[in-house]
Amino acid sequence: MDFQLNQEHRLLAQLYRDFTEAEVAPRAKEIDETERFPEETVRSMARYGMMGIPFPKEYGGAGGDNLAYIMAVEAISKACGTTGVVLSAHTSLCAAPIYENGTEEQKRKYLVPLARGEKLGAFGLTEPNAGTDAAGQQTTAVLDGDAYILNGSKIFITNAGPADIYIVMAMTDKSKGTKGISAFILEKGMPGFSIGKKEEKMGIRGSSTCELIFENVRVPKDNLLGKEGGGFGLAMRTLDGGRIGIAAQALGLAQGAIDATVAYVKERKQFGKTIAQFQNTQFQLADMQAKTDAARLLVYRAAVSKDRKLPYTVEAATAKLFASETAMEVTTKAVQLHGGYGYTREYAVERMMRDAKITEIYEGTSEVQRMVISAAMLK
Amino acid sequence: MNIVVCMKQVPDTTEVRIDPVTGTLIREGIPSIINPDDKAGLEAALALKDSSGAHVTVLSMGPPQAELALREALAMGADEAILVSDRAFGGADTWATSSTIAAALRKLEWDLVLCGRQAIDGDTAQVGPQIAEHLGLPQASYVSELALEPGAVVVKRVFEDGYQRIRLRLPCLLTCLKEMNKPRYMSVGGVFDAFRAEVKVWSLGDLGLAPASIGLKGSPTRVKQSFSKGAKSAGKVYTVEPREGAQLIVERLKERFII
Repeated sequence: MDFQLNQEHRLLAQLYRDFTEAEVAPRAKEIDETERFPEETVRSMARYGMMGIPFPKEYGGAGGDNLAYIMAVEAISKACGTTGVVLSAHTSLCAAPIYENGTEEQKRKYLVPLARGEKLGAFGLTEPNAGTDAAGQQTTAVLDGDAYILNGSKIFITNAGPADIYIVMAMTDKSKGTKGISAFILEKGMPGFSIGKKEEKMGIRGSSTCELIFENVRVPKDNLLGKEGGGFGLAMRTLDGGRIGIAAQALGLAQGAIDATVAYVKERKQFGKTIAQFQNTQFQLADMQAKTDAARLLVYRAAVSKDRKLPYTVEAATAKLFASETAMEVTTKAVQLHGGYGYTREYAVERMMRDAKITEIYEGTSEVQRMVISAAMLK
Repeated sequence: MNIVVCMKQVPDTTEVRIDPVTGTLIREGIPSIINPDDKAGLEAALALKDSSGAHVTVLSMGPPQAELALREALAMGADEAILVSDRAFGGADTWATSSTIAAALRKLEWDLVLCGRQAIDGDTAQVGPQIAEHLGLPQASYVSELALEPGAVVVKRVFEDGYQRIRLRLPCLLTCLKEMNKPRYMSVGGVFDAFRAEVKVWSLGDLGLAPASIGLKGSPTRVKQSFSKGAKSAGKVYTVEPREGAQLIVERLKERFII
């Protein structure tokens, strides 16, 4: 068992840190305040190979691994939770299922531009009546000659709007329940496919979260991803991977809040000394860092399990549960240690606390993670 | 076009502490980086690679761990990396260092050699110009701009009080300022490729130099004493009109026999 990063990953950590400091951190406050999608940061990430980290070079990727990928999400989320989730949703929820389930032709057509960052990806599973109960899909896909006709809608879709390529789940056979769900690759601009209402959110406000609307969208048969009826399994496997990305986002938010707090408590003086000199501050910081380090080990373990082709469903659920709840707790404590200033928009910890909350909800709530973990324990 | 970029791995700080007993740098606990002026030279070379397809080789003399700086350069886009490393090179001053690097350069083909102006841990600004002298190359130091012409480069040399624009015939050597550009980051794919690539290591035997001309033995410099600059006392602030201010400054300088 080895807890040390190898030289490659250490050099990557240096790259991610430099990139985040110069390209991500300076824009984080503004994109939160104006709810603006960080397109220029996405372009920079593409230039440096960050939009396709775990995919082979022959498909436009960086030829890296999942550990390298989630370290990027972590580093970027230290400064900006929005940019972290843009990267995570693109990589884990759109590029990865095409890489893992797509035909050679689909990989050439869709994975290559996604991995190069020329195109942005999104994933549509959630519907107004099918959230955690994903099996209640009402979007339908009916085969008509050489195409499926899609009708219905999706909500809360990350990257919707700026994204060019969408993985969409729809019922091809209602009578079969979850076995009747299939996955499709949709492109922006397909007739009848439109972007609906954009959500106004508490956190990750620069990320675009919208409704997808399908009105008789003709999706070529070639765009069926995986087998007909295999969509539910594909979506669940995709979310297993996505959870490691969200866990890494949560981890980054927690560490970012700690770093900001450490700097603050060394400067802020009360009763004639810095608040870092009070034992309460010291103990709070120690607890925050200990939990965050534990979260990091869980997140890295899940990523390395995926890289080694070992089962990682439970590892990913454990990492996401612990990292997201740690992020919420740590960012809340960070605000508390900042006192009144922490509640103002002047300090980043206020934004980090708002950003952290969603990590306990999306890509499977904490309750779903507990179900996954305990189901494996009790089977 | 072949470009060789000479780089040094240096401690990442401008406040390097000096051991009061031995007078040497304390390197423990300080991360190492590519010297900033050298990194500007590397970026200039990579920009030429982007625009005209140059082949970029990075060359560094240093201990085995300097390999990591070379891998970083590969991850940024350099094509080839060579580490000149041998215990016999230890203790080299700028003369022995430039002799060694010049010997390594004689084994390579190049049209342009780019060095940094100076290293942040030594600040001599001597090694680049000395390499050019060893090789009998035209040189320009303090370069802040570089443009390629057929068979030549046109550079801007920057000084505190002005600048020169010079055309140099290739092959030549330039020393670059970090203000020259904003170096690109490594790319993720570049990092993975960098660790699959070979960093060639050249030792004394590969360079065919006489042992007396390298390392401590080949270094005419003797360090008598190294010390940290003591903290100056707080300055005095005068709030006066500009004319009166100028008068004050002249008086103070005269008092201290500076003018």
